[in-house]
Amino acid sequence: MIYKGKSHKVGDHIDTDAIIPARFLVTTDVKKLGANCMEGLEAGWIKRVSDGDVMVAGRNFGCGSSREHAPVAIVGAGMPVVIAHSFARIFYRNSFNMGLLLLEVGDAVDGISDGDTLEVDTEAGVVRNTTTGTEIPFPPLPPSMQDLLKRGGLIPYIQSRLA
Amino acid sequence: MAHTLAQKILQMHTDEEVGDAGQIVRCRTDFVLANDITAPLAIKSFREMGAKDVFDKDKVALVMDHFTPQKDIDSANQVKGTREFARAFNITHYYEGGDAGVEHALLPEQGLVKPGDIVIGADSHTCTYGGLGAFATGMGSTDIAGAMALGETWFKVPPTIRVTFEGVLPEYVGGKDLILRTIGEIGVDGALYKALQFEGSTIDNLSVEGRLSMANMAIEAGAKVGLFASDAKTVEYCKAHKNPNPMLLAADEGATYEREIKFDVSNMEPVVACPHLPENVKPISELEVLPLNQVVIGSCTNGRISDMREAAAILKGRKVAKDVRCIVLPATPTIWKQAMKEGLLEIFMDAGCIVGPATCGPCLGGHMGILGDGERAIATTNRNFRGRMGSLLSEVYLSNPAVAAASAVLGIIGSPKSL
Repeated sequence: MIYKGKSHKVGDHIDTDAIIPARFLVTTDVKKLGANCMEGLEAGWIKRVSDGDVMVAGRNFGCGSSREHAPVAIVGAGMPVVIAHSFARIFYRNSFNMGLLLLEVGDAVDGISDGDTLEVDTEAGVVRNTTTGTEIPFPPLPPSMQDLLKRGGLIPYIQSRLA
Repeated sequence: MAHTLAQKILQMHTDEEVGDAGQIVRCRTDFVLANDITAPLAIKSFREMGAKDVFDKDKVALVMDHFTPQKDIDSANQVKGTREFARAFNITHYYEGGDAGVEHALLPEQGLVKPGDIVIGADSHTCTYGGLGAFATGMGSTDIAGAMALGETWFKVPPTIRVTFEGVLPEYVGGKDLILRTIGEIGVDGALYKALQFEGSTIDNLSVEGRLSMANMAIEAGAKVGLFASDAKTVEYCKAHKNPNPMLLAADEGATYEREIKFDVSNMEPVVACPHLPENVKPISELEVLPLNQVVIGSCTNGRISDMREAAAILKGRKVAKDVRCIVLPATPTIWKQAMKEGLLEIFMDAGCIVGPATCGPCLGGHMGILGDGERAIATTNRNFRGRMGSLLSEVYLSNPAVAAASAVLGIIGSPKSL
């Protein structure tokens, strides 16, 4: 799978209140949540995003509340991938359950600037920065997460357990 | 193998042998919960999973607490859908209206969680029950839906950071100050993917309510769980709260810790977390003059009866400063009634506080105390992220109830000793 899009860079410790403030948690609708993605960081932030773009963040992305609405809002906003230095624990788990791909790349994230064009190649395990001509390799996912993705996420997994 | 508290509780819930940190284990869950924000998504996933029933109708709690009493049509519709689900599956512990309270104050009080349990909740502050010696952690709605269906989930065995506190707590310093100091020391991602285990003579002498406040904020350091041993104080608390036979529980001698941190609290003063992260912790005496617009005393961190007593002791015979709104939200109906019986509510109202219902409300910027542009609040809650309580241009400071109450009187953030 190859994802291509423009990078939208945010800082360290971006919490789930910034990703989707509590006042918008009165719906489970993917599109409505997506329309308000990052509204807690900056009003109208979402206007810069085109379908297929990539969120790029610093340390501890997705910290705070356990709201699954956060990865849902990012998916709903049209961003299939988040690349970060590191992720908060609950957000990490939620994202895989919701089909949002997370890449934890450590300090290499500093090599990506806001607006760079990125190609995320999941088979080759590399992020190509076509703006700078550099590449960031990323390690394979933990086996347990690969297994979950292979089964198509948590919902199909539980379906198969209940069958 | 000698086990930390985290490993020990996981081992009690699986037939696999629990080993080193990093191992993935499947464990039985004793109790599963969701609230009015997260239950609707969990129910949606539960249905998509094709689940025909919950694993145990007595071991699932649905607590309508975040936007309660329902703040608008959309939140009312979310509660309506959750209520219909609860009735359809005959869920015993469905709380809405007069029996509802802030979930992490309510469940220990109702005896639904106990030492040695594994509890997972679609709320990040589920880690609160670590104060009773339960392995309790927050997850997202779909993980919760899976556990509601199967009564089990997977965990990565966490490495443990052992945090030891020694010394006698000075006046006006409590559990909240200990956990804020810990977060200040290790940072908001200092315990990412890890367990925090709290020990030492200070902890031995700390009330269970103080321990619950500390465990509550383990997540603010990124931790999976914040664990305390179950000791004589825990047993006494449980027996007084509908749990006649709680177990004693301690980590094994010789267990492996990733890191050890020690604090001497003898000369500690109250601390405050400054905007916009819980790690921006300063001793109260080092703060500049910070005029206030709002004070919030309540939440799953500090909305229990001991917190109400602490705040009332400061506010008794005093007045809230002009132009400051001081909002007091006892966290459950039982706490509310007890505060009424003890005359605490009268003290609050005589001081000029607003006494509101048991709700999460302003803590998450839900309702009942939202900050406008440029406004500043001090709160006994758990998060001071930018915009958490309202406007992106507002500020939230976090403190213990005595400091919050004193600040309400002073009109600026300050210590009870300044009164």
